[in-house]
Amino acid sequence: MIINVARKELKSMFASPMGWVILSVLMFAFGTQYLNAVNDYFAVMSGSMRPAERTGVTQFVGQSVYGLASFIMLFAVPLLSMRLIAEERRSQTLPFLFSAPISLTEIVAGKFLGLVAFLSVLIIFIAGMLSTLNIWSDVDFGFLVANSIGLLLMVASFSALGLYFSSLTQQPVIAAMLTFVALFALMMLDRFFAGDPGNVLANLSLTRHFQSFSGGLIDTADITYFLLFTVTFLTLTVRRLDADRLRG
Amino acid sequence: MNNFTVEAIELTRLYGGREAVSNVNFTLSKGEVLGFLGPNGAGKSTTMKMLTGNLAPSNGSVKICGIDMMENPKEAKALIGYLPEMRPLYKELTVDEYLIMAARLHRVSAKHVKKAVETAKERCGLGHMSKRLIENLSNGYQQRVGIAQAIIHRPMVVILDEPTVGLDPIQIRDIRALIREVGGEHSVIISTHILPEVEMVCDHVQIIDKGKLVFNGPIEVLKKQRIGNKLLIGMRAPPRVEDILKIAGVSEAESLANGLVRVRFADDAAPAEAIVQASVQQGWGLYQIAPDQTSLEDVFMQLTYQEQAVA
Repeated sequence: MIINVARKELKSMFASPMGWVILSVLMFAFGTQYLNAVNDYFAVMSGSMRPAERTGVTQFVGQSVYGLASFIMLFAVPLLSMRLIAEERRSQTLPFLFSAPISLTEIVAGKFLGLVAFLSVLIIFIAGMLSTLNIWSDVDFGFLVANSIGLLLMVASFSALGLYFSSLTQQPVIAAMLTFVALFALMMLDRFFAGDPGNVLANLSLTRHFQSFSGGLIDTADITYFLLFTVTFLTLTVRRLDADRLRG
Repeated sequence: MNNFTVEAIELTRLYGGREAVSNVNFTLSKGEVLGFLGPNGAGKSTTMKMLTGNLAPSNGSVKICGIDMMENPKEAKALIGYLPEMRPLYKELTVDEYLIMAARLHRVSAKHVKKAVETAKERCGLGHMSKRLIENLSNGYQQRVGIAQAIIHRPMVVILDEPTVGLDPIQIRDIRALIREVGGEHSVIISTHILPEVEMVCDHVQIIDKGKLVFNGPIEVLKKQRIGNKLLIGMRAPPRVEDILKIAGVSEAESLANGLVRVRFADDAAPAEAIVQASVQQGWGLYQIAPDQTSLEDVFMQLTYQEQAVA
């Protein structure tokens, strides 16, 4: 049942040019970044003589591409997540889902999975693009896997937050703005506490937890953080929809 | 074990302290078509939302084929097909895509999805619209897609909120035939403003006003109230009322303006013939005799007005 809701979301994503356009524009951005990074790698490495200054091509290009990806997702996810519930509320199509034999949890989980599935297409493309470096060098696939997992978890967290804000309003644009501001604040949080890295609030920052992944490290503490973040906002969304039913 | 398909027990819904629906009780049996009537804002849509689990009742419960909507919402919802007042159509999809999705969400098994979609399209006359975007369909065809969506999984109970709004007369006739057809196998609840429609398609009528049920019964009762045992007679030289009362079967007569006389008669009597004969013999100058019908609108007004007077 969750799958059927997810399929519905994917279908409406690709029913308009929007899905295709977003995929192609984002891939164009990542591709350009990738090309530039490869060029830069040769420029930088030919200048650095001492072995300590030299880094592997995977890490150099990978960090550049994944860094850009996590930044671009900050804009892309709110634009994609905004319509999930707000749009349905505005065009009054929610009763279609509510009167079908599926629970609210399944509806929310399905919508979430639909969006994450769409975004994971990008993550797979990025990993595939970076794997092509293997043709003329030795790619550190472990590094790619860690980064892909990290990016996937982060995108999932973004989507859960976006879904929640989408459930709060009828106006997709308001949902997008709120999501963007909230995500931006969460990303920037550790900048504010740069002088005090041990601060509890700094630990809430999404960037901080992505850092270990971007270094190629899979840390269960960070995985737990992202999973908790996602589950929290999905639960809040279910509760918000339930309140609709109760209060009308 | 009773075989009610829908049971509403003391349904009440409060909106911020104001009762939108209060203490509504009714049952519906298999194969019945129930018409839900009421002025704007009477609580028709609210009741329907509660019946379909889109809105939680403040008090009371709904049972679909004996399954409680609150306790087992998934099982209960599987037995319902619902078309809300605002059609829940995803306009960016084609008719086929939309109906396939509806079938899947209503747990039609993968093998039968295609057949279910074909059947629903055929029943709603959508066969040649399969590949069209819903957005580009006319209002009436969109309504048909909405109905197709509600009957695609062959539910036990079909609930349609104002299904004939915005359709042309031919489409209205088709949709009514469809409702009758669906009503043959399943139970149907429709809400409407159009009173003759109720008489045409419904077996049972409920009139709701200000959240309260003011009338609940078979359509015959309403029809009887409407047609009544009355004749309206027009005469150029009307006799005295007493003379008319002498005719066999006439129980009451009342003189109106322009030589018209309203005559009431007993249930099994048919005094029309006797009146005509008397008129010819005594030269009353009869020029008109017809059953005196109260329009359904009047009955409706009476019922909703009485309630106001009591309150």
